[in-house]
Amino acid sequence: MMAFFYLAAVVLLLTVAASLWRIYLGPTRADRMMSAQLIGTSGVGIMLLLAAAQGNEAILDAALILALLAAFAAVAFVKSSSADGAGDREEEDD
Amino acid sequence: MPYQTGLAMLANTATIILVLLGLFFFVAGTVGLLRFPDLHSRLHALTKADNLGLGLVTLGLAFQMDDAWSVAKLVLIWLLAVLAAATVAQLVARAALSRLPGADGRGDEP
Repeated sequence: MMAFFYLAAVVLLLTVAASLWRIYLGPTRADRMMSAQLIGTSGVGIMLLLAAAQGNEAILDAALILALLAAFAAVAFVKSSSADGAGDREEEDD
Repeated sequence: MPYQTGLAMLANTATIILVLLGLFFFVAGTVGLLRFPDLHSRLHALTKADNLGLGLVTLGLAFQMDDAWSVAKLVLIWLLAVLAAATVAQLVARAALSRLPGADGRGDEP
């Protein structure tokens, strides 16, 4: 079972590599942000697999933090896309 | 291969099937991210597929956990990831549509 978990983690590492390739290609900033989002999700998956492979419950806590940080990064990106930092298009439509 | 009880073998089989299914969705989402032609279709491919994949991996690993608290933590991680992805997909799509340069696919490089 342990070898299977490590192999699955390697597959997820390959998806991380693929999203790094998309970050290199771009072409827009939103593409790069979505790739970072995929790295967050894949990273959580890798951590869950490692937690199961090693029987180490502490890795689950790290995975929880990583999921939270990925969400915060995307929200910060959206907020930074407007000059006043509000990031809400509907405020300025009138 | 050590001796396994029938229940443990059933749990291992369920884990392998569910994790493999999850990996399939991860790979599908990643291929979509690399291959789709414009930003919004890439966004669509990514935010649905890989969170379904994470859910399946989580469900598969839940069979391997020792106690109920770990299973609850797994479910919590997945719920957080799904909630974040659903929100972020809407926000990024809206920001890209309205404000970011290069939303027409030409890129924002100088």
